[in-house]
Amino acid sequence: MNAEITGITAIFVITVLLAIPLGKYIAKVFLSERTGLDFLAPVENFVYRICRINPLQSMDWRENTKAMLVLNLVFFVWAMLVLLTQSWHPFWNPDSIASMEPTTAFNTAVSFMTNTNLQHYSGETGASYLTQLLVFCFLQFVSAATGIAAMALLFKGIMQRQVSDLGNFYVLFLKSCTRILLPISIVVAIFLVFRGTPSTFEGSARIVSLQGDTVNVARGPVATMVAIKQVGTNGGGYFGPNSTHPFENPDYLTNAVENFAILIIPIALVFAFGYYIRKPKVGYSFFAAMTFVFVSFVAVTVYFESKGNPMITEMGIDNSAGSMEGKEVRLGPAASALWGVSTTSTSNGSVNSMHDSQTPLSGGVYTLDMMINAIYGGVGVGFINFFVFVIIAVFISGLMVGRTPELLGKKIEAKEVKIAALVAILHPLLILTGTAIASYVQSNNPDIGWLANPSFHGFSEMLYEFTSSAANNGSGFEGLGDATPFWNILCGLCMLFGRFIPIIGPLAIAGSLAGKKYVPEGAGTLKIESPAFIAVLLSVIIIIAALSFFPALALGPLAEYFSM
Amino acid sequence: MNTMRKRVKKEIRLFEPALVRESIRQSFVKLRPRLMMKNPVMFCVEVGTIIMFLVMIYSFSHGDQGSPLYNSVIFVVLLLTLLFANFAEAIAEARGKAQADSLRKTREETPANVIADNGIVTTRASSQLKKGDVFICEAGDIIPSDGEIIEGIATIDESAITGESAPVIRESDGDKSSVTGGTKVLSDRIKVMVTTQPGESFLDKMISLVEGASRQKTPNEIALTLLLSGFTIVFLLVTVTLKPFGDYSQTPISIGALIALFVCLIPTTIGGLLSAIGIAGMDRALQANVISKSGRAVETAGDLDTILLDKTGTITIGNRKATNFYAAAGVTEDQLIECATVASLSDNTPEGKSIVELAASKGFRHPSMIGNSTDLSYGLPGARVIKFSAETRSSGIELDGRSIRKGAYDAIKNMVEKHGNTFPVDIKAIVERISANGGTPLVVAENFNVLGAVELQDIVKPGITERFERLRKMGVKTVMVTGDNPLTAKYIAQKAGVDDFIAEAKPEDKLAYIRQEQAAGKLVAMMGDGTNDAPALAQADVGVAMNSGTQAAKEAGNMVDLDNDPTKLIEVVEIGKQLLITRGTLTTFSIANDVAKYFAIVPALFMASIPALQALNIMKLASPESAILSAVIFNAIIIPILIPLALRGVAYKPVGAGALLTRNLLIYGLGGLIVPFIGIKLIDLLIAPLI
Repeated sequence: MNAEITGITAIFVITVLLAIPLGKYIAKVFLSERTGLDFLAPVENFVYRICRINPLQSMDWRENTKAMLVLNLVFFVWAMLVLLTQSWHPFWNPDSIASMEPTTAFNTAVSFMTNTNLQHYSGETGASYLTQLLVFCFLQFVSAATGIAAMALLFKGIMQRQVSDLGNFYVLFLKSCTRILLPISIVVAIFLVFRGTPSTFEGSARIVSLQGDTVNVARGPVATMVAIKQVGTNGGGYFGPNSTHPFENPDYLTNAVENFAILIIPIALVFAFGYYIRKPKVGYSFFAAMTFVFVSFVAVTVYFESKGNPMITEMGIDNSAGSMEGKEVRLGPAASALWGVSTTSTSNGSVNSMHDSQTPLSGGVYTLDMMINAIYGGVGVGFINFFVFVIIAVFISGLMVGRTPELLGKKIEAKEVKIAALVAILHPLLILTGTAIASYVQSNNPDIGWLANPSFHGFSEMLYEFTSSAANNGSGFEGLGDATPFWNILCGLCMLFGRFIPIIGPLAIAGSLAGKKYVPEGAGTLKIESPAFIAVLLSVIIIIAALSFFPALALGPLAEYFSM
Repeated sequence: MNTMRKRVKKEIRLFEPALVRESIRQSFVKLRPRLMMKNPVMFCVEVGTIIMFLVMIYSFSHGDQGSPLYNSVIFVVLLLTLLFANFAEAIAEARGKAQADSLRKTREETPANVIADNGIVTTRASSQLKKGDVFICEAGDIIPSDGEIIEGIATIDESAITGESAPVIRESDGDKSSVTGGTKVLSDRIKVMVTTQPGESFLDKMISLVEGASRQKTPNEIALTLLLSGFTIVFLLVTVTLKPFGDYSQTPISIGALIALFVCLIPTTIGGLLSAIGIAGMDRALQANVISKSGRAVETAGDLDTILLDKTGTITIGNRKATNFYAAAGVTEDQLIECATVASLSDNTPEGKSIVELAASKGFRHPSMIGNSTDLSYGLPGARVIKFSAETRSSGIELDGRSIRKGAYDAIKNMVEKHGNTFPVDIKAIVERISANGGTPLVVAENFNVLGAVELQDIVKPGITERFERLRKMGVKTVMVTGDNPLTAKYIAQKAGVDDFIAEAKPEDKLAYIRQEQAAGKLVAMMGDGTNDAPALAQADVGVAMNSGTQAAKEAGNMVDLDNDPTKLIEVVEIGKQLLITRGTLTTFSIANDVAKYFAIVPALFMASIPALQALNIMKLASPESAILSAVIFNAIIIPILIPLALRGVAYKPVGAGALLTRNLLIYGLGGLIVPFIGIKLIDLLIAPLI
């Protein structure tokens, strides 16, 4: 047991230690300071030239938002096109995969464009190599870069003084790919290949088992996809079972590296904010706030997963190795629990165990984690979500110290509060309304066949699916028959709103902040790195998430837990 | 200290019976939906109450929505919640009105002697006075209306307004030309022009601000209302979606329970008290004898970064005072004192008087001092008084062949040297030392021989340093404005503990300084009375005009101080901060309460169909009905319990933002978490046996 705890502690500590220099580096990239990767500039300039982008042209928040939306629309159309025409793919389709059903294609295209990677299909049977590489792998890069670039616009907005310029989305987008995502993905992919993850264009391998059966073993260009899946907090696995599959995640070491890859950029971006605004302490304080929640969540899940399922114990079966249903023996309960919290914190969504099979409270923690969606969060967007909470916390604590609230010298007024409140409402709106519609349909058509489990667990499955969609997480609770038009379309819409409104809203705030006067810090100014402010911030995060979802969580995971 | 005494005098009891009666009546009047709509949170409660009323009627004939008694009780409690919130607003309004009325009472229906253009004097009631009318007041008259003196000078007793018993002098053509209705002329005769239309005086404006007709939400109040609306929408979602969730779990949830949950969750505590808090802020300003022209000004005061204060009268006591005599070598001190006193006898300036006083304190009493004050020779036959002039920069007296002069260092030096005498080195050194210490040296000479120097010093008001220290802790920068030279200004600035100073200031300098600070993103306040202060008062974010000041100054500023007390800005800052803090802490308290309410209601909703959720009933409430009722009742009665706090305001302590936040977070955040658990449990213990 102790070895397992040591293992996950080591994974987390090493990740944090490496995230600090990475954060410094990312801040430099966005401040256009000198870095070791400046030799890539000619490549970037080449892209600007052929795309006719003037990298020096600065744009306000509206123009930048437009650029982001148009670019994403192009990605969506491209993905739809490829998915609907898979059966005609001239090459890279050795296993002759068929075209995708339209609503599933819609769901999948939205899912990959929005960095959600909810998979209502199974990779080995539903996608050709061409799709895997040119749609899935490609979108996993560009959707991650979209999030990081949006966050960089936000950084700049906070620092600007009385101008509307937020920088150039295209430049930030390209730099996020070339300077951040690609280098890290290359390192991770090479490591995975060395540990046995396949990387090939040959079709399924045909092997004869010891029993004499002939087995088709799916393979393909797996390593590249797994690398960006983790680094870009995407989570879209090559195979249906995601990182539980031995080809995606061969051993404890690859598991450690993949878990590291899930967390590294989201954590580094928090530090990057501090370095960017030249107040590293702010970055550390925000990190501390997030880590407080993260570690608490890990503690709960590790405890319950390691303790084992009491109902199995009652049956007289030895459960001392932990609750192993749905877990990989090579990884164990602790590493599975850490991964579960990591993947739901960061809107990653890849899994190395079946969340559906974990004990009720762990499932509840994962759901809550996605409901908050700002504990490190997805690359770029996680910080943007966190920023919305910061605005609300700054407003409330500003009132409590008797001063019109200021964030880093910018006054927070009605306009910012309005946008922040709207964005904060969105999450409960999508999740609760979606689950309510599903519950209504299910209770009126008990034979609809969606739920593998009745009662509370079935409710958790539906709640989890909508939470995962709205949070752009993409992990599934499984046990839910979700490849139907109802789920495809409703979840697709959730993903779309859950992706773009929380980006556009904060960008509008950034635009508004950029135009404001800078108020110098005085003795009456509340420092946002102070412990008291962090306490308010944590309360705001917990209260907004916990208070809006408490009844839903009570009917799902809590009811199940107390019934055990 | 002065203001403290006055406050006690004017304090209106928190729940004055007459005001309470009126407020209760208003609580019902304010139920009108059109009025309610201004407050989204309470409007939602009103809608909930109406639905609850229908449910109650329905439950008398049908059995599926719970017992009629249970539904009736919920309906009544919701109605009480609304009334309590309305009462909070009404009592705040009533108190403001009562305060303003007590100021206004004195001036009602006083006869005014109006002079027509042709010179005929007629007597009219003060309420009939129009802007532009001219009236005459003589000793013993009550001034019928606010106005500006156009002719004459008078001593006036303003104690009715300020509580200050010492009479003040008001005269035409100066910065002290304003008179206030209700005050009494003690001597002389003045002609006054009415400056405001009836019903449009500052007090009238303030009353209408308090009464709500012209009350506008301040920017910060708007932002908070938006946030609270956000919370309300979230909880509306939570409640509405609970119905299908309940269907899925085969748990029928009654409409009454859903409405109860909704009303408990939305921030009714702060929603109900929000407007009361804003009005109470203005009430408190009025209690401090400051009339605010808008609620926004009070709120802005809490944010001030920089305050401009005049040196004279604010930081230092009035004028300079003589503090020391320094005799030159070979001259006795008595000789110097004698000459200095004689030279000052005819000098009516405060400086001159202070020399005579200092001499008296050293035992020197000139026989002429008991003489006739209108005889400029002061009983000294053959004396000829030399008045101060800007050219000679000295004054003095010619007496029995003695020529005595006192004046500025260079003036006396020139005069002495012109007559072939030398200026003593020791006095030159003393003069320099006095200047360096922030004092003003006066040199005394007899027959063109220097006798010595008199040191004049500014006396910093006692207690002012502590007030500046308090401001510094609040994060407010203080700037002293003075006509003194930079050296003197610097010395006094250091001694008084202000952060910056403007020396040799002209009125334009104030304006320039304010603009410069504002350009750096700061909020600036200043206090002024003169017409030439008006541009700066208008430019400042908070401009406080003294009531004694000119009409132009009063129009330009956004607050008027009835006490003419320049340190009032400090109180105004605290009132502004208190206003924001009260809003912030009660918001925190209100939201934190939700945790306990959830733990009361959610288990109650599902206890019957999902017995396992009984585990969430950590308060061990007796039954689902009593749990829901306890939560709603707690939600209702917390509003009246907090009314005193909303009206008085949460105490402000200048301990730094971080410490203040920690303190308020512990009291109102943690308190808000714990108090309802105790409150709901107690209510449950009380009502459980009744159901």
